[in-house]
Amino acid sequence: MKQVPQKDAPLKLNDAGTWIREDVSYEVNEPDAFALEEALRQKEKHSGEVVVITAGPARALQVLREALAKGADRAIHLEDDGFVGLDAYNTARAIAAAIKDEKFDLIFTGLQSDDYGYAQTGVILAQILGLPHATIIMQIEKTDAGIHVKRELEAGFFQFVDMPLPALLTIQSGINKLRYATLIGIKQAKTKPLRKVTLAEVQPAMGGNLQKIEKLYVPQKSKNTEFLEGPPAEVAKKLVEKLKNEVRVI
Amino acid sequence: MAETILVIVEQREGKLNRVSWETIAAGQAIAAQTGWTLEAAVVGSGVTAIAGEVAAKKLAKVYVVESARLEPYTPDAFAHALEEFLGKHPAKLVLMPHTYQVRDFVPKLATSLETTAISDVIGVKHEGGKLLFTRQMFQGKFVADVSFAGSGPCFVTFQNGSFRADKVEAGGAAAPVETVNVDIPDGLVRNQPQPVFKEAKQAVDLTQAEIIVSVGRGIKEQKNIDLAKQLADALGGELAASRPICDNGWLPMDRQIGSSGQTVAPKLYLALGISGAIQHLVGMKGSRSIVAINKDSEAPIFEIADYAVVGNLFDIVPPLIEEVKKAKG
Repeated sequence: MKQVPQKDAPLKLNDAGTWIREDVSYEVNEPDAFALEEALRQKEKHSGEVVVITAGPARALQVLREALAKGADRAIHLEDDGFVGLDAYNTARAIAAAIKDEKFDLIFTGLQSDDYGYAQTGVILAQILGLPHATIIMQIEKTDAGIHVKRELEAGFFQFVDMPLPALLTIQSGINKLRYATLIGIKQAKTKPLRKVTLAEVQPAMGGNLQKIEKLYVPQKSKNTEFLEGPPAEVAKKLVEKLKNEVRVI
Repeated sequence: MAETILVIVEQREGKLNRVSWETIAAGQAIAAQTGWTLEAAVVGSGVTAIAGEVAAKKLAKVYVVESARLEPYTPDAFAHALEEFLGKHPAKLVLMPHTYQVRDFVPKLATSLETTAISDVIGVKHEGGKLLFTRQMFQGKFVADVSFAGSGPCFVTFQNGSFRADKVEAGGAAAPVETVNVDIPDGLVRNQPQPVFKEAKQAVDLTQAEIIVSVGRGIKEQKNIDLAKQLADALGGELAASRPICDNGWLPMDRQIGSSGQTVAPKLYLALGISGAIQHLVGMKGSRSIVAINKDSEAPIFEIADYAVVGNLFDIVPPLIEEVKKAKG
């Protein structure tokens, strides 16, 4: 799971123009919330244990706390400011190193992150761990030989895939309905196991970033947008004027 | 020695995915800037006809990467086939369209070669001998120029519509086509995919609508959907939504616009409280006129809007409904 800036948080560039200023509000990356929910539902059906993992600064602990409050059993926090600027390959290598002694049957990641939007970390992690993977998953059923999953493709198309376990799946938003943490869950979360992993512990498995952000900037507008301003009633009048005379749909 | 740029043309069930022409256009643009050699490859089983179609374009060579085990598509087979092919025919840059299929195997392929894929690129610059790939970040609020810091190959995937398919240059004579058979061993392919299908016929065909009023997260609660419905009714249009609204069950899935829903190009697309994540924009950016109402002045939807209102939709929509009714008499 990943912590990302809140959806409607106003973002500002840092002085170097290479990243955003970190003084914004954060929340859990949306597809990751659906991945957690799916893990909790699979556990309820088949029993077992749900472990949550994140790589990020101290603030990212909040994501793990919320996950534990919703029902995850234990958490792993790769904690360092240095985990923020990693490309997907390095993030996956760090996570793989942190879980090398674990024996997970299923690993879920969100489909992609709302900040970088690489849509790659899960698939890279599968390759490093030698696991089969399937992406954009909307349904998961256990079978005798493994799992039967439903992939969402473009434009309303879908596909079922049978695959063996252990496996890695990237989860699409909307696969399930998210639950809220209960008061008792929030209380219990405080006593659940949390393992911290330092950057130094996983660094031998990592390398230099292969992707370098040279410059981050506000996109140049490709269209001449006309901004309609004024009190609501006036804006409504102006807009209807445009719809009538320019767009010609009234 | 000139470096090689390789375009991987996408095919599904033996048919060329048209978005591949955009990738070839991107490859031709980079080749023109760098002087590098441009080649293409089609990966699959029995796809020689597609290679012939591609060979008519201005390319140095077209490869057919062939194995019976490449049909149907699996990430294991595709990544293995291209790893083997690139071992024999190295390339500095490998370009592909940013499709769901490519997203499924490219990170695996890049990782097996200990390199990286720069995904969802919208533009390329060649500055001071260095290639810079422009991609969106933070859901389109920012763009970043990204450089490749490895030794190669560098994989790059292009967002739909970033290059124009009709700008692809035809070649003088057909490019030579060479078939490269790859060996995909028993037991390598672990996934067993079933045929692709479409869910029950869509009840609403939004592609035919001339006016669409579309709602996003800014609508806040299910009960507020009715306000958008009233506006759609006043305008004589259809109601649609971005993905989160349908995920919440506030509107049925068949009213979803975007990469996983319908792609529309009405005369008027009126976006209420839609921030404009790329997955939504690809489904509606071809609309003739786009009106966006959003309280966040930085919302990416404003980048493509013709008319923009920065403000609270709950303040603006009620008088707008009245004005529309008045105008219609």
